[in-house]
Amino acid sequence: MNDESGRDSGRIRIRVMDYFAQQFINGVSLGAIYGLIAIGYTMVYGIIGMINFAHGEIYMIGAFIALMVVVAFGISEGGLVVLALLSALLVSMALTSLYGWVLERVAYRPLRGTQRLAALISAIGMSIALQNYVQLTQGARVKTLPPIIRGGFEFQFGNTEFIVRLSTLQILIVVVTLALMAIFALLIAKTALGRAQRACQQDQSMAALLGVNVDRTISLTFVMGAALASVAGLMVTLYYGVIDFFVGFIAGVKAFTAAVLGGIGSIPGAMLGGLLIGLTEAMWSGYFSIEYKDVATFSILVIVLIFLPTGILGTPEVEKV
Amino acid sequence: MNSPHAASLRDAALVAGIAGILAFPFVGLLLTTEGTAPTLSTRFPEFAGAVVVIFFGRLGVSAARRGQGLLPLVLGLAMAVGGALSLVVEATGLGASGAAAWHAFVPGTFLSTVACAGGIAIAGLAGRNYLMQDRKPAERTPLPMGQLLLWLGIALAGFAILLPLLPGVDRRLIDVATLVLTYVMLGWGLNIVVGLAGLLDLGYVAFYAVGAYSYALLSVTFGWSFWVCLPVAGTLAALFGILLGFPVLRLRGDYLAIVTLGFGEMIRIILLNWYDFTNGPDGITNIGRPSFFGLPFKSEPEQGTESFHTFFGVTYDPVHRLIFMYYLILALAFVTNAFTLRIRRLPIGRAWEALREDEIACRSLGVNPRNTKLSAFAIGAMFAGFAGSFFATRQGFVSPESFTFIESAILVAIVVLGGMGSQIGVAVAAIILVGLPEYFRELQEYRMLAFGMGMVLIMLWRPGGLLTHREPTIRTRPAPA
Repeated sequence: MNDESGRDSGRIRIRVMDYFAQQFINGVSLGAIYGLIAIGYTMVYGIIGMINFAHGEIYMIGAFIALMVVVAFGISEGGLVVLALLSALLVSMALTSLYGWVLERVAYRPLRGTQRLAALISAIGMSIALQNYVQLTQGARVKTLPPIIRGGFEFQFGNTEFIVRLSTLQILIVVVTLALMAIFALLIAKTALGRAQRACQQDQSMAALLGVNVDRTISLTFVMGAALASVAGLMVTLYYGVIDFFVGFIAGVKAFTAAVLGGIGSIPGAMLGGLLIGLTEAMWSGYFSIEYKDVATFSILVIVLIFLPTGILGTPEVEKV
Repeated sequence: MNSPHAASLRDAALVAGIAGILAFPFVGLLLTTEGTAPTLSTRFPEFAGAVVVIFFGRLGVSAARRGQGLLPLVLGLAMAVGGALSLVVEATGLGASGAAAWHAFVPGTFLSTVACAGGIAIAGLAGRNYLMQDRKPAERTPLPMGQLLLWLGIALAGFAILLPLLPGVDRRLIDVATLVLTYVMLGWGLNIVVGLAGLLDLGYVAFYAVGAYSYALLSVTFGWSFWVCLPVAGTLAALFGILLGFPVLRLRGDYLAIVTLGFGEMIRIILLNWYDFTNGPDGITNIGRPSFFGLPFKSEPEQGTESFHTFFGVTYDPVHRLIFMYYLILALAFVTNAFTLRIRRLPIGRAWEALREDEIACRSLGVNPRNTKLSAFAIGAMFAGFAGSFFATRQGFVSPESFTFIESAILVAIVVLGGMGSQIGVAVAAIILVGLPEYFRELQEYRMLAFGMGMVLIMLWRPGGLLTHREPTIRTRPAPA
């Protein structure tokens, strides 16, 4: 009798751990995607101090272009999958970067130096316009993609029925994210462009006096942010298999939350924030209610801003008079 | 070919090339889903048409900007006529084969409309170049802005009061005007927060929702009348403003914007999911209608009671209620406006404006930033609550659908385009942003696209807003000449 109940509770404990592990895996993959989008917010905010409100839409555009390339390759033939994904990645990065560049050029650059709100309003306008542009040209119905990367690992701990799944796609998402992170960290730490970016972040007029082309540096920042967002778009398309013209809005807000949580302006911070937001969302959906997962994210944003305005890895902002 | 033309051509080719690359996946290709399998089809004629329109449009704009007259005038007129012709062909048919042939050149209503409107704009620019050729810019005397705005305001107010009595005004126009006035009132309420106090609130719609649901719930549950609920809804919304504002108001501009956006979305999600309380996505129906000093607008009043039309001895007409609604929101809007104009002159209003200009200076002069901001937030929220109850009683139905982020964005756009703090600017912006698109419902698909692009373009054209007029409300000394 005693023995049996002990085994039961042990089994329940294992099941609890399994469930946790599953939510953890889901949370990390989701968080990697948020982190990639958050980098775009954090870099732009760091360099020109504005919230690029249309960044979520840039991510949505990246997802659409990637889906188009994958579909154009014809997903039924198995051998072409790697080629299709690689082209989707490259084409989507190139075109989305162009979108990011044009966005800055058309909607933000002419407003630099005017009142702060003007650029934010312009960004909100761009966000609405891009959403409706895609809705108008591609229709409001969701676009689907059947899973094309299958397989993965299954773990079964003890003799429970609960199976923890770790799919190949989830591994791919985390690996690609880590690789891109490493590349970008190197780019910013070692190259001339990265040095120019850090200089503009500190003091734009001084950087300009010392021969840094500020306009070009800011443009390239938008290009880099857009490229990373397009990778996130590709991975979301593969992961969920459903996109529509509206996916950018909520993902954008969450990624921004991630950027703030990690400390705005800090790239490792954006990644860390993305992971924490992804984990929170997965755990909240797993243990509480899936309807209120967005409320949980927004609450984190509010709480962080009140108690830790500089984020986890951010540097305090000095108020200049 | 001489060099300015060559430069314009190069520029137009470059812009059309980039736009072509950007537009290709979205305009030239179409993703559709059949069953679960996505398919890709091409739409090359549309794509080519778009690129051609962009090329000539840009050519015209850049030539006009370089001060040339003839080329952009001809180009603009040609585009306008071509677009209009194509629209006429599309509308009248002119035989199926004719329309099909025409479509090969300029496909789609949207493209034709864009070409037509762009052509008119370019021709206008070029025409101005012609007219301005001999005139020196110094001859233009600056207009007395303040005086002009005052008269414009009086004229608009007079027009608004007389509108339902004018001949040729139908139900639809009154409906649209009522909607515009709702936005004017909301805009004036938000103007206190954004325009006067300088706090960017992207979640203003939350307070609107609180007002609407307060009235809806009180009316459906307890049967309270509109006039009792109106102050209750306003108070509740103001309380919400204080509750939400208290922790976050010390944040700086953009952060505050995102946090208020978060609050707006949170309230909407809660309204959507708290089924027992708010009836979730189904919304609340059968909300009570307001009465005219106790006289309801019913075609057949209950035994022993009087209705509006029996009391005044007129035949029943549903338009009566619409007109009453119109005057109700007009009165509410005027109250908001009068309140704002008065409070700007009080110490609290002056503290808001000072805080907007320089928070640090304010703090060192002994203004308590938190209380000052909180009062602006709460008062702004209160007016949103009033407008929310009006919305609920006008529609007779509320659901979370009506309180999405886009409403907040439209309101902020109205305030900022109106010129941040200018009351008359807000009214003009509301008419442009809400009234015009609402009246052209046929083009509904293009409405929001044009709206977003309009926001960007107006910001680029006038970053300070349409009617900027940033005079301090009170001067202790006469203005320096």
